[in-house]
Amino acid sequence: MSGSAVAAHGAVARAGQDPAVPLLSVENLTKHFAVKGGWLNRSGGLVQAVDDVSFNVRSGETLGVVGESGCGKSTTARLIMHLIARDSGRISFAGRLVGAPHGLSRRDLHRQMQMVFQDSYASLNPRLPVATSIAFAPFIHGLGKAAALKRAMQLLEAVGLDPLQFANRYPHELSGGQRQRINIARALALEPRLVILDEAVSALDKSIEAQVLNLLVDLKAHFDLTYIFISHDLNVVRYISDRVMVMYLGKVVEIGPVHRIYRSPQHPYTQALLSAMPSMDPRRRTLRAPLSGDPPNPISPPSGCRFRTRCPFAEQVCEAVPPSLLAVAKSGAVACHMRVAGSGHSRADKAVAH
Amino acid sequence: MWAFTLRRLIYAVPVLLGVSMLVFVLIHLAPGDVVDILVPPEVPKEIADSLRRRFRLDEPIYLQYLAWLGRLMVGDFGISFFTGRPVAEELFGALGNTLVIALPAALLGFSLGIVLGALAAYNRDTWLDKVFSATAIIGVSLPHYWVGIVLVAIFSVVFNVLPAQGMGFEGLPSSWDQIKHLILPVVTLSLIPMGVTSRLVRANILEILSQEFVGTLHAKGLSNRRVLYHTLKNAAPSALALMGLQFGYLLGGSILVETVFNWPGSGGLMNLAIFRRDVPVLSATILVLAAIFVVINILVDVLQALIDPRMRR
Amino acid sequence: MADAAVLPADANLVLNRAQQGKSYWRRVWERLLDDKLTLAVMAVLALLLVMVVFAPWFTVHDPYTGSVLRRLKPVGTLGHWLGTDEVGRDLWSRMVYGGRMSLLAGVVPVFLALLVGGFLGILAGYMGGLVNSAIMRLTDVLYAFPSILLAIAITGILGSGLQNTILALTISFIPPIIRISESVTAQTRHLDFVEAARASGARPLTIMRYHILNNVLGPILVYATSLISICIILAAGLSFLGLGVTPPSAEWGLMLNNLRQALWVSPLVAALPGVMIFITSMCFNLMSDGLRQAMDVRL
Repeated sequence: MSGSAVAAHGAVARAGQDPAVPLLSVENLTKHFAVKGGWLNRSGGLVQAVDDVSFNVRSGETLGVVGESGCGKSTTARLIMHLIARDSGRISFAGRLVGAPHGLSRRDLHRQMQMVFQDSYASLNPRLPVATSIAFAPFIHGLGKAAALKRAMQLLEAVGLDPLQFANRYPHELSGGQRQRINIARALALEPRLVILDEAVSALDKSIEAQVLNLLVDLKAHFDLTYIFISHDLNVVRYISDRVMVMYLGKVVEIGPVHRIYRSPQHPYTQALLSAMPSMDPRRRTLRAPLSGDPPNPISPPSGCRFRTRCPFAEQVCEAVPPSLLAVAKSGAVACHMRVAGSGHSRADKAVAH
Repeated sequence: MWAFTLRRLIYAVPVLLGVSMLVFVLIHLAPGDVVDILVPPEVPKEIADSLRRRFRLDEPIYLQYLAWLGRLMVGDFGISFFTGRPVAEELFGALGNTLVIALPAALLGFSLGIVLGALAAYNRDTWLDKVFSATAIIGVSLPHYWVGIVLVAIFSVVFNVLPAQGMGFEGLPSSWDQIKHLILPVVTLSLIPMGVTSRLVRANILEILSQEFVGTLHAKGLSNRRVLYHTLKNAAPSALALMGLQFGYLLGGSILVETVFNWPGSGGLMNLAIFRRDVPVLSATILVLAAIFVVINILVDVLQALIDPRMRR
Repeated sequence: MADAAVLPADANLVLNRAQQGKSYWRRVWERLLDDKLTLAVMAVLALLLVMVVFAPWFTVHDPYTGSVLRRLKPVGTLGHWLGTDEVGRDLWSRMVYGGRMSLLAGVVPVFLALLVGGFLGILAGYMGGLVNSAIMRLTDVLYAFPSILLAIAITGILGSGLQNTILALTISFIPPIIRISESVTAQTRHLDFVEAARASGARPLTIMRYHILNNVLGPILVYATSLISICIILAAGLSFLGLGVTPPSAEWGLMLNNLRQALWVSPLVAALPGVMIFITSMCFNLMSDGLRQAMDVRL
């Protein structure tokens, strides 16, 4: 793609966007990892990292993704980015199926969607000056060297770093916050529509974290971006997200607008997560441990509802039948038998629409 | 455990096949063939061609390879171009002679290496260690065949206490006079294993000593000797692996030392074969030495897995 | 957002004015400059190189003509300060000219093996899967030979001479270089910046060129220089066996063999070529150690 085309495609794509079609559509995404072991590689089992995950991301929103470590958030991100191959499921971007014969190719997908990783230092090639790292993607997509470097410097400016000071520096000469800004600039170099932020601010000091978060908000407005924001920090997610998706052991357990989720969480796991948040308010003390037991083994997850081994409301039906992600009137969806009338759960009939 | 051993053995088969193929290819790339060497050049072409047909040299190459491989399996290593005797007898006799110097050299090299390495490790950063480091670098840079020559120059030429060449006996030595023939070659051969082993042992022991459990052992009140025993036990696996490999190198690489001392071992045999363009002897020797090396590698892997459970995959 | 008027149109101009950072290689270089021992060793090697390349300037006698009358003169003889060899040729000249062959046979194979083995190893390490298996299994077959045996096999069967020697040694050194290249590449491949490069849609060869190569080159180079010292010893060893450079060429290993008979007459002269092998090999060893330490930069 020539330089001018690269610049222009962003505008064309936005112009052609139908608001009704979600920007990213994930259907039945599944990824199991084989566990090495046993003679002649007879699998010791499968880690069900991501199991039948479906969700949409609307253009212009920020979708927060939360959950404990090992719940599949990062794997999902890598699957969407096509960094690892999925076992099954469909991924569509702006209505076009990725990997299908007449759909979107991987390479084209990467022009539309980029990712920022958690480890700011490991994300940058230690042997290259940061401007070159930023310019790499446009350069290989056809932009000439000079034009790519020029774009790199514009992006440095955009993320709040003076190009004169930083363009020729090496990653080890910069602080964590500066490096993460570089990573953000690098993600923006191809003018993507969607940026996945995988624990992008988790490793930063709190004050720096706040600065970078604000930068992200500004950039989103300025470049008309859509975000998927993965984090384990519920406060940060609340600050930045429009909708929130909660994952547990490879499955989506709840999804909905941020205020509804935080105000009245529908899934017991979400409730437990939120009550575990430390609070500055002395009136909100944690009296009981919100969750009991250990997270189950991802190789052999519990039958039926995966959360039932730690759920205070678990019943027979939870063991027998896995709950599906079903809509909660007007505001997202939840996967819990308690919220579905007629599911067989004793509390099901008390489900109240919010 | 047996599964692991079996897997390693099965895995060695394609490697050995590959080795045999490589040797076979080399033989066929050699200028001239059997017939050219056996008969004088004035012989008319038809006779030479009929000889080729008799030796099956006109058949497609993979058939020749398979036939050759088949003969190897039953122990027929061919006939020497030069002596006309079966290669197998000469080869195994020569191998025995090599073992007579290789085994003592390995023992000497390893034991001295372990002692030196341990001494250096326990006296870290003292002048002893510095001497050790200097010696180690020198040892690795010395051509061992040259050291052999220098030793001969000192002990045979100048002082005339040890014989300069030759084996002086058949089979095993039975008198001090005969043993004298062994001394210089064994010492020369032992240099490289000693150097390599001492370096590794030193590095391993240092690494283990820096680990916390050693402090725990001391705190439990174990005597220094018991701690040493535990340390050595931990250093053993990789040291054993290295020693196995070094022994393999000794067997395969003894040719240089055997040339210096005119020792009639497998190396000396190879030397003669090269000189006489005796391809069957040369190729058989190379093949057998490589096969022994592969077997040693397997043994080393199995031994390592036996001692260190982490190695069992 | 950047005001277009503030940024100069020429990006390179800005880059030139931008503050220079200290690249990794620059810091390695600076550490090397502090290492007096390594610098000294490199100076010795440079001197050696100059001497063998400009051999006629440093020697008086022709290395190929000898006189039976002047056979095996000892060290310190007038006119032949290192004595003469068994055919009467000046030993000093033979050593200097011999250095050409010895160094050639010692350095070129490692260089070639670096090119071939490095490429294959990086390819195997990056691509993984079938490509990796195929390359590594091939390496295993070559590894089944103790190194000198492989070189002997090739030269012994194919014939002696400088070309075959270089070929044989190159093949002997390709497996270890493949092994270390593959190992280092496999480690680098999992780092996030490589994932990020993949995420930007770059093709494998491009990623290997811009992101892998500059990160793995260091360790591979250090290893290769340590191999040079071994190669010099092996090359001389091959000549010693009659498998390497052929007479009447001068080469240190060959000289060592020829002078063996002279051991009884003039032991010092007979041992001299070995000293050169030893010194050269040790210099490369020390240089390799120095490089390794310089590259061990804490980031």
